[in-house]
Amino acid sequence: MRILSKLSVALVSAVLLLNGCGTTGEAEQEQGAVAGGGAAAGTAEDAAAAAATAPTAEAQPVEQPKERSPLEEGLLAQRVVYFDFDSSVVHDDAMPMLRAHAQYLASNGTNITVEGHCDERGTREYNIALGERRADAVRRILLANGVSASQIKIVSYGEERPAALGHDEQAWASNRRSELMY
Amino acid sequence: MLRKQLTIILFCLFLGNLAQAAPLTIEITQGVESALPVAIVPFGVEGARKPPDDIAKIVSMDLARTGRFDPMDEKDMLARPSAPENLKFQNWRLMQREALVIGKVKHESGDRYAISFWLFDVYKETQLAAFNITGTESGFRAVAHKISDIIYEKLTGEPGAFSTRIAYITATPDKKDKLQKEYSLWIADADGFNPQILLKSKEPVYSPAWSPDGQKIAYVSHERGKQQRIVIQEWLSGARNITTMPLNGRQSSPAWSPDGKKLAFTNHKDGNAEIYVLDLSSKNVQQITNHWAIETEPVWTPDGRSIIFTSDRGGRPQLYKTSANGGAVTRLTFEGVENARAAVSPDGNMIAMVTAIRNDSTNRLEYKIAVMESATGYLSILTDGILDESPSFAPNGSMIIYATTTRRGRGELAAVSVDGSVKQSLAYEDEVREPAWSPLNNK
Repeated sequence: MRILSKLSVALVSAVLLLNGCGTTGEAEQEQGAVAGGGAAAGTAEDAAAAAATAPTAEAQPVEQPKERSPLEEGLLAQRVVYFDFDSSVVHDDAMPMLRAHAQYLASNGTNITVEGHCDERGTREYNIALGERRADAVRRILLANGVSASQIKIVSYGEERPAALGHDEQAWASNRRSELMY
Repeated sequence: MLRKQLTIILFCLFLGNLAQAAPLTIEITQGVESALPVAIVPFGVEGARKPPDDIAKIVSMDLARTGRFDPMDEKDMLARPSAPENLKFQNWRLMQREALVIGKVKHESGDRYAISFWLFDVYKETQLAAFNITGTESGFRAVAHKISDIIYEKLTGEPGAFSTRIAYITATPDKKDKLQKEYSLWIADADGFNPQILLKSKEPVYSPAWSPDGQKIAYVSHERGKQQRIVIQEWLSGARNITTMPLNGRQSSPAWSPDGKKLAFTNHKDGNAEIYVLDLSSKNVQQITNHWAIETEPVWTPDGRSIIFTSDRGGRPQLYKTSANGGAVTRLTFEGVENARAAVSPDGNMIAMVTAIRNDSTNRLEYKIAVMESATGYLSILTDGILDESPSFAPNGSMIIYATTTRRGRGELAAVSVDGSVKQSLAYEDEVREPAWSPLNNK
């Protein structure tokens, strides 16, 4: 996992440089940690692919919005946004990933379902409402980044569809999430 | 501690897949010291045909489960009278029984039986009740529960709730992928027998709610386009109707008005949950709450005038109350970190809820069932679980059934008396959740 995280940090940093986003090194490290914990398997593969083909991407100055750039692919492989307990605030470190998705969706016109999920604590129907709020927080970011409202459907599963079994902080943290499904 | 432990293990002998949803054990984990000593004598049998069930055993189980009665073990009985003329009260005084039930079953014709029973006060040597009931082979357990209802009412002055049903949801994990579950909606007798399945789905099913006449169940299903929708199902015929609302958004948390004419529900739109009321005949929808915070889990007060709901407008979930036409909102709960998912007792005097308390040694929130006196706001915590939820009152107000998660993470059902003195647990083979106790008139 440590190697994975480093790869992800490198990848995220590269993307940030290419996009010209000025952020501090501290924020980049947080992004690395999230990517490593989140879509781990996908990130590893795509990071390797990105490393292999990155020079080609740099050599092509022509914009081709229909095709995913390999670096973009690394971010697009991440599909999960995590939340704090009883919160629907999207952390800054999820923004590059969401912007990458928004860019892809806006240029391809693809439809997306944004799912909202919660941990098992709290009552079931409250969690349906909280999951809805989480999915909507992600929806708003996609809208602000050029995706049209008609492309986005949201659904809340509350605590009904955990990503991790278990009844501890680790399981809860991975269950408090929003997933981008397309 | 004036507590008494008494355990009843009930082995259910069901065939086929029905066995999955019947409780494997019903255990009284806490009873009352003052439980009334009673004796339910095995009923005499007349005629050649043997009755399909042992009425005395069913009645004994029913009464014992309440924790308020201590039925005598059949094998300790000195005599087994089945008619008043053969009854010797001193036998039962010797065994320190205060109430006695005797009876007989006679096969009439076909699958029909005539059942007679008598209830006596042993010390006063008086007859408290005598009834003749006709029963069929398939409805034999129902007759036994009816007898339990009569005995309970005669001895406590309150109606029994033995002839009722409980709806609940099971979630069976897929054998290969434990995160994938098959959801089933069930209805069973209040003692766990006769479970029948109403719906099976790969998509989540939750929030079952009985109509006041006991004929229909509203619930939330993700079947259509995978977004949450309210379904109303007649449980006897199985006819289902996905409720369409003249609203944008997704709906959940159905709650029938006491007259059965309206349905309160939550509409989720743009990340905001608000409570609405649907008039079931005109299909008109009225918005009840209007706030940027979450408003959900509506329930009606028994007079139909108010709606109690959960809102996090104060930062964390708490209970609030408003008129059934909307308007001013009053906060009801102030104790505990969170209070949510209200259930109102049939007489309106008590509000049960899920209350979250921080455990100081683990620094974790623990969710327990609490009741609050409507008039005084006095809150008492009834359960000691870590993740108790979905409280539902018995229609006679005596017990609250709820879902609990064991320390090993298993979902079970449990029940507690409103004063906290009696506790029972119901273990199922599958993960079980969201019990909803039917109204009394659910025939």
